[in-house]
Amino acid sequence: MAAYIIRRLLILIPTLLGVSIIIFLMLRLTPGDPAELLMGERATEAALEEIREHLGLNQPIHVQYGMFLKRLMKGDLGETIWTRQKVWIEVKQRFPATIELSLAALLISCFFGMIFGIVSAAKQYSIFDYASMLGALIGVSMPIFWLGLVFMLIFSLHLHWLPISGRLGIDVTLETVTNFYIFDAVWTRNWPALRDALWHLIMPAFTLSTIPMAIVARMTRSAMLDVLRQDYIKTAKAKGLSQFSVIFKHALRNALIPVVTTIGLQFGVLLCGAILTETIFAWPGVGKWMYDAVMQRDYMVIQGGTLFIATLFVLINLFVDVLYAVINPRISVQ
Amino acid sequence: MKKKGFPEDRHPLLEQLSQLRRNKTAVAGLVIISLFVLVALFAPVLSPHNPIETALYDQLKPPVWHAGGTMTHILGTDDLGRDILSRLIYGARVSLAVAVVSVGLAFVIGTLLGAVSGYAKGLPDNVIMRIMDMILAFPYILLAIVIVAYLGPSLRNGMIAIGITYVPRFARIVRGSVLEECEKDYVTAARSIGSRDFRIIFVDILPNCLGPLIVQTTLSFASAILDAAALSFLGLGAQPPTPEWGAMIAKSRALILRASWVMTFPGIAILLAVLGFNLLGDGLRDALDPRLRD
Repeated sequence: MAAYIIRRLLILIPTLLGVSIIIFLMLRLTPGDPAELLMGERATEAALEEIREHLGLNQPIHVQYGMFLKRLMKGDLGETIWTRQKVWIEVKQRFPATIELSLAALLISCFFGMIFGIVSAAKQYSIFDYASMLGALIGVSMPIFWLGLVFMLIFSLHLHWLPISGRLGIDVTLETVTNFYIFDAVWTRNWPALRDALWHLIMPAFTLSTIPMAIVARMTRSAMLDVLRQDYIKTAKAKGLSQFSVIFKHALRNALIPVVTTIGLQFGVLLCGAILTETIFAWPGVGKWMYDAVMQRDYMVIQGGTLFIATLFVLINLFVDVLYAVINPRISVQ
Repeated sequence: MKKKGFPEDRHPLLEQLSQLRRNKTAVAGLVIISLFVLVALFAPVLSPHNPIETALYDQLKPPVWHAGGTMTHILGTDDLGRDILSRLIYGARVSLAVAVVSVGLAFVIGTLLGAVSGYAKGLPDNVIMRIMDMILAFPYILLAIVIVAYLGPSLRNGMIAIGITYVPRFARIVRGSVLEECEKDYVTAARSIGSRDFRIIFVDILPNCLGPLIVQTTLSFASAILDAAALSFLGLGAQPPTPEWGAMIAKSRALILRASWVMTFPGIAILLAVLGFNLLGDGLRDALDPRLRD
């Protein structure tokens, strides 16, 4: 097991280097002068020269990459072009909002996805099975940016049940400790803020959870069906165990192995979906920040944000692989 | 002796495909897709109005079943007085074209890279697959967003960006299949009669890897339509006045309370088109790729 984890960690190095090369090259290989791309067309020659000097754009390309990498090692993602803030500090500020949203969506999609999948498998070819699998197919085909607007129209604008956007109402005060509002509200025992934060979270989280929920439901169903066909399940049934016990104690454990991988892989879906969901609901996370940067053409933010999200994605995938090896020891032997 | 016309003479792929008729999912998908293709082909005949012609006096007319709706604009008009139905119909053209071009791009490049990788093995394989890993290190649409951010927002750049992000899935499938096929006797036979590598890869091996490729292509059509709509929604794909479904939704955000129909219909169109390809892809997977059958 230790050897497997070390091997996986070693593969991480070339992957991350590759990510950094792609992001580095993107700015340099884009047609036109990178300095002008960064500063805008109306920048003065002096300003252009300054940014060239600052980023080493006058140097040969491998020297530039060396400088880029060296700054990265120090955790320096550069400064934003418009606000002259450290990119890293901005990421740190917004990151908790994205994680809070993604985790809520992940919880929702796991809970409902697994329930739908398990019941569908237990009652294969029933009306429930057909309905939930059709629902899952619709779910994976859903343009979530549209679904978010539909939710908004129904639940905020017509029914007035849920707040339309943001993370917290303007009349609610919350002392932020970690920037995870749910956690901060519980930590400071600020119950009105907790309620408000949860209320704001519901709609974006459900919107974001649509596609992962459908994928988890389909995966759980097929994994359960695989397991339910096996002999030891027949034995368990023959022993006279209740259906509940056969499904939850005997079948689910083995069916969970592929499901856990699927759930882990949903993080990529969530991080991408977060860009769309955060934009719609004005959720102040990394996704909306990246979108704003794209709109304002702040390439330093795009570069830093992409690097951050891609690194996070690679690390999560690694974690899932290792977790997979832990729950399924057959993997690490291969 | 060859017995012409007997079912066992048919190519196994055709045999499997003929089973599709019994697969309700696939048939439903095929019906939806055919509908969209027909609408796209006959857009000029079907659409009652010019999709980009603005009409100042017809702004925000509601659909026909709402109070104040008229038969001239069955699904109503947008804030510039353009007919929604006509824009939806022309939007089918845009979405299908985007899907075909971007998936086509990914298919050609991915298949080539995968075939070379699986056949040559060794260093070329390692280099190609590591590059694929790098692309896969970016979560799906993020890479497309970043590519478009650099190249500049336009439908063409959107297609290129989506195409690039889809290359690894094709490369991986083809590589896997080629690796598997290379072990088989017919490849050794082809080598021993002196066939050139190019011929072995493209004439002998590739036709035997078609099953999983067809499945992946169909499912990629679905995600390409979705991703292109998302890019356009973010303002990075189709630019006005192109009648693109995602862009239509983006423009409708400001009108959400006053004229919800401007937003509703393009979303349903995207959902249905993507659902059609997903249904067909699922059916094809059951028919062609027994390994993935659930």
